[in-house]
Amino acid sequence: MTIEMKIDGPETVNRTDDMAQGVLGRDSARPDGLAKATGRATYAAEAHPEGMLHGVLRRAPGIGAVRCPNLEAVRAMPGVRAVLRDARMVRNAAQGMADEAPVQGVDEAAYVGQPIALVVAETFEQARHAAQRLEVAIERTDLPIDPDAVEPEVPEAKQSSQGDLDAAMRNAALTIDADYTTSSMNSAAMEPHAAVAEWDGTTLTLRGALQMLRFNRNELADSVGLSAEHVRILAPYVGGGFGSKLGISADCVAAALAAMELGQPVRVVQHRRNVFEVNTRRSETRQRIRLAADADGRLIGLGHEALVSNLPEETFAEPVVQASHFAYPGAARTLGIRIARIHRPAAGSVRAPGEAVGVTASEVAMDELAYAAGVDPVELRLRNIPEEDPERGVPFSSHRLKAALLDGAERFGWSGRPMAPRQRREGEWWIGTGMAAAFRVNMVVEAQARIRLHGAGAVVETDMTDIGTGSYAIFQQVAAELLGLPLAQTEVRLGDTALPPGSGSGGSVGAASTGTAVWLAAMELRRQIAARLGCDEAELTLKDGTATAGNTRQDLADILSGAELTGTGHVKPGDAAEKVRQATYGAHFAEVAVNDVTGEVRMRRMQGTFSAGRILNRRTARSQCHGGMIWGIGMALTETMTHDRRDGHVVNRDLAEYHVPVNADVPPLDVHLLEERDPWAGPMQAKGIGELGICGAAGAILNAIHHACGARLRDFPATPDRVLAALE
Amino acid sequence: MAVTITVNGQDHTLDLDPRVTLLDALRDHLHLTGSKKGCDHGQCGACTVLLNGRRVNSCLCLAVMHDGDEVTTIEGLAEGGPSPLQEAFVAHDGMQCGYCTPGQICSATAMLDEVAAGWPSHVSASLDCPVELTHDELAERMSGNLCRCSCYPGINAAITEVARRGKTEATE
Amino acid sequence: MRPFDYQRPDDRDAAHAAARDGATFIAGGTNLVDLMKLEIMAPDRLVDVSRLGLDGIGDADGGLRIGATVTNSDLAADPRVRRTYPVLSRALLAGASGQLRNKATTAGNFLQRTRCPYFYDTDAACNKRAPGTGCAALGGEMRNHAILGGSQHCVALHPSDMAVAMRALDAEVEVEAADGTSRALALDDLYRLPGDTPHIETSLAPGDLITSVRLPVPLGERQVYRKVRDRASYAFALVSVAAVVRMEGGRIAEAALAFGGLGTRPWRDAEVDALLAGEAPGEALFDKAGEVLLRDAEPPEGTEFKLPLARRVLKAVLTEATR
Repeated sequence: MTIEMKIDGPETVNRTDDMAQGVLGRDSARPDGLAKATGRATYAAEAHPEGMLHGVLRRAPGIGAVRCPNLEAVRAMPGVRAVLRDARMVRNAAQGMADEAPVQGVDEAAYVGQPIALVVAETFEQARHAAQRLEVAIERTDLPIDPDAVEPEVPEAKQSSQGDLDAAMRNAALTIDADYTTSSMNSAAMEPHAAVAEWDGTTLTLRGALQMLRFNRNELADSVGLSAEHVRILAPYVGGGFGSKLGISADCVAAALAAMELGQPVRVVQHRRNVFEVNTRRSETRQRIRLAADADGRLIGLGHEALVSNLPEETFAEPVVQASHFAYPGAARTLGIRIARIHRPAAGSVRAPGEAVGVTASEVAMDELAYAAGVDPVELRLRNIPEEDPERGVPFSSHRLKAALLDGAERFGWSGRPMAPRQRREGEWWIGTGMAAAFRVNMVVEAQARIRLHGAGAVVETDMTDIGTGSYAIFQQVAAELLGLPLAQTEVRLGDTALPPGSGSGGSVGAASTGTAVWLAAMELRRQIAARLGCDEAELTLKDGTATAGNTRQDLADILSGAELTGTGHVKPGDAAEKVRQATYGAHFAEVAVNDVTGEVRMRRMQGTFSAGRILNRRTARSQCHGGMIWGIGMALTETMTHDRRDGHVVNRDLAEYHVPVNADVPPLDVHLLEERDPWAGPMQAKGIGELGICGAAGAILNAIHHACGARLRDFPATPDRVLAALE
Repeated sequence: MAVTITVNGQDHTLDLDPRVTLLDALRDHLHLTGSKKGCDHGQCGACTVLLNGRRVNSCLCLAVMHDGDEVTTIEGLAEGGPSPLQEAFVAHDGMQCGYCTPGQICSATAMLDEVAAGWPSHVSASLDCPVELTHDELAERMSGNLCRCSCYPGINAAITEVARRGKTEATE
Repeated sequence: MRPFDYQRPDDRDAAHAAARDGATFIAGGTNLVDLMKLEIMAPDRLVDVSRLGLDGIGDADGGLRIGATVTNSDLAADPRVRRTYPVLSRALLAGASGQLRNKATTAGNFLQRTRCPYFYDTDAACNKRAPGTGCAALGGEMRNHAILGGSQHCVALHPSDMAVAMRALDAEVEVEAADGTSRALALDDLYRLPGDTPHIETSLAPGDLITSVRLPVPLGERQVYRKVRDRASYAFALVSVAAVVRMEGGRIAEAALAFGGLGTRPWRDAEVDALLAGEAPGEALFDKAGEVLLRDAEPPEGTEFKLPLARRVLKAVLTEATR
């Protein structure tokens, strides 16, 4: 039996808080933790089916028509079984939720690094060498690669304007009008994209490193020309994704095609250098931000216009201004995204697409406004909290920015901060503090889950993935809470398209969307138990494997008496998103040291307070926030993908030269999660938290750099050369 | 080419292409997939194993060069039950996706021995004082292991707890 | 990686014999295996010299003799090095990671190749990797490239930290030729400038085996190594400075300065050392030292920041070393 629910309005009953097991929301360990810590958790590339062959992708060294003059010679090399140049191979990974094949083909390289062949051999060593020997001749086409050198597309749906911003800027007591730039960035998940494909003549089984299996299955089926029921994808463990594994990737499609052609299992693992090119990057952005305020710093107008880029035929455009639609008031508003069609590697979702870069820049602009107004930066934000969605005029479902700002300021020790920069010096180091608000839209997407309840406990089943976000832990808690079971008796099975389709991991929707489906499945089981006891579900108390109704108490196992009950939950988004504006909020505070000699910036401490509805697991939620804040450190200080000015290729495409933060870059972090119930977020009243931590984090750091040394950097990241130039 | 390597206390004789790295020998020939391949170039630390007791990037070791050597992997550390570090990583949530975790734990295991041996680090104020495992010391010594989920706070808490416990035991 | 023949001799004679028809020696392999995987280097034969007993550290004429295969971590932790050559410990500890230092060897560190991204890109032109193909870095994206010692054919940086300290310490490498004869080479003689043959990086002949490194008594006890980089750890130097200074009566009696992140080889400039000798430390002097160091600097586009950075770091290091 299935409970279906559309989220159309507020949940006023709050059944979740009636439950008795007391495990939901707790700081509890990941059930998958020990398998990961002991090496027993197996990832995509770690299956070894009998007779497995090894495939290595060959990249295009230029843009244009592709030829492989020595293909036959490579085919004859030791161990080589095939050199695949199949028109069904994909140009780049699919966009998130594409649900169909991405652009395909190997005869034209649209960007440098596009996979144009797969070399398959008996051993990895043979395949790698043969792929390196495969010559690729490019008949070069002169296509644009510089986003500033083309006339950008201006899609009407991505522009919005209310009031007269130019007039507001003319009439305002205070104005900020500045350009900010952010670099191309890479998800750089620790597990490279990998696939092991098996074909039995009817069914394609693929172990993949993927985030959203229900979409990935259709994308893979569409790519190779099978119907979806003949495709099964397995991804019980995924070594990080951050958006780069949302859509089916080149390794998956190539492995599948090779397995189908050769009749043997084929493994394809992207080399780390492929990872930087073949999957989607975070677009570089150029953002013009205009703020018009009265003398007290209250906004009367706001402009946020961004230039982003992508390859032709890609639907994704980095939604830079997403939070600017609702973050701050101002009657005159001009927001827009322009897209430069260029031939750098494809752009797509990377952790918190939109807000990660957009809030970062706008929070630096707000800091500039605070200094222009002579108003403390926290106070400036407090003065600019809108009463309702400033564009749509609808209420907020819940709005905890003020609480987050005050809590963060208190915990960080913000009060008494001297406003002026360059006030504190320790040896060569300027010390300063800065802050930023955090905003992130919240979404619910369709998801299903099933729970099988039997005498010994419950099994939760969905094709949802756990990419490190804590799905295993959270679904275990949700099911255990509603069914009154100890955590140890609640098993979670994920990452298999043979199971009911969950939401997939992406856009911070997983825990709340699929979690709600688990909740509904458990509620259905509660009804079935109640029916067996002849009582109303609401009268039922389930705890520690026993059911209490009225004056009777019985073991769950006795009630089931050997039967297995099955409940399915199915959640869909409804009208709620139109009736209210729903988002998550937070506040970042940072203390940095800026070296006056070298321009090096070192983090000293960082504080984040976040509000995202009911927190389902404090431990995994805190880890997600840590992760976001540290991504903020990378965005602020170290991360930049450099594109060659002549052909757009990624110059620094390895982990030695693309600098993700290392342990020593990270100071002690303090995270505080506010209590919140958002009634518009379904029966659990929980929202997504996986991306909130990055939104604005880099802004707090950039603002702290300004406070420390007086340098206002508008081009991120603040590498030593840039800081030094500002200091000189 | 025949090579005999002692892995987690057991001798394994393998016939290997000289191009096979120690990491690939472990993962693909012995099916010990706990050691991870993150970059294959010594830039991430996910492949860290203990080679004759010292932490190394197994992706940069040719297996044939390690005939007669002793290797301990993440699986070996769990023999006879999870090690204190393995348990502490779970308790402190020193992981999210888990892909860098085996490398982090192998690295930390050897790092604590390096500290005990008095090896200084880049951030040590003095080159000849006993090492106190402060946040900065720990962070510098663990910087050869990237974690993109960015669990450094949990990783450091886990290692600090085990180091403190080890110290207490040593003085008891 | 291209197929190769692998041999592991037990002694040096056997090593030379194994390398007679051309071979590449391997010990730690942390850089060579990395490059072989990408076929940037593709030797037909590898001769493993990791078990030739070249892993000892011993006294030599009041100085130190360091075996070629001593690991970076053993060298950094050696009590004699920590006490007498702290600049060397510091430089080693500033480089790479704990794991890499456990494997990387002394001789291998000297011979590590550049990190120029175009050298690493086998689809790009590179005179160092493929002589005569041109230099894709020039006109491309340059940031961590050399501003000293470059040519129109190559501006690739030497990435070592250790070798910078070794240059300041006047280290000599001891080389055994294929015929068994030995010679000592100052680092100035070991490292060549790129000129029009950037693929020839050292004066070593085929079959030459570095057996050890000799460190003389250091000229001064004031030793400083400072490295500036893009992240707090595990990154190559944008600029680094090694200083060894002897003070006498408030004046600089002698100074030896070497630089990383600036040159196509670990950089040392006799005129900088000479300028400082006999002078009273002071800001004007240190500024002058920076001017002299950079008098012939030709920063390619994108590397201009290294000029002020080098001047500032040099000044800070001299201030610290003469305090």
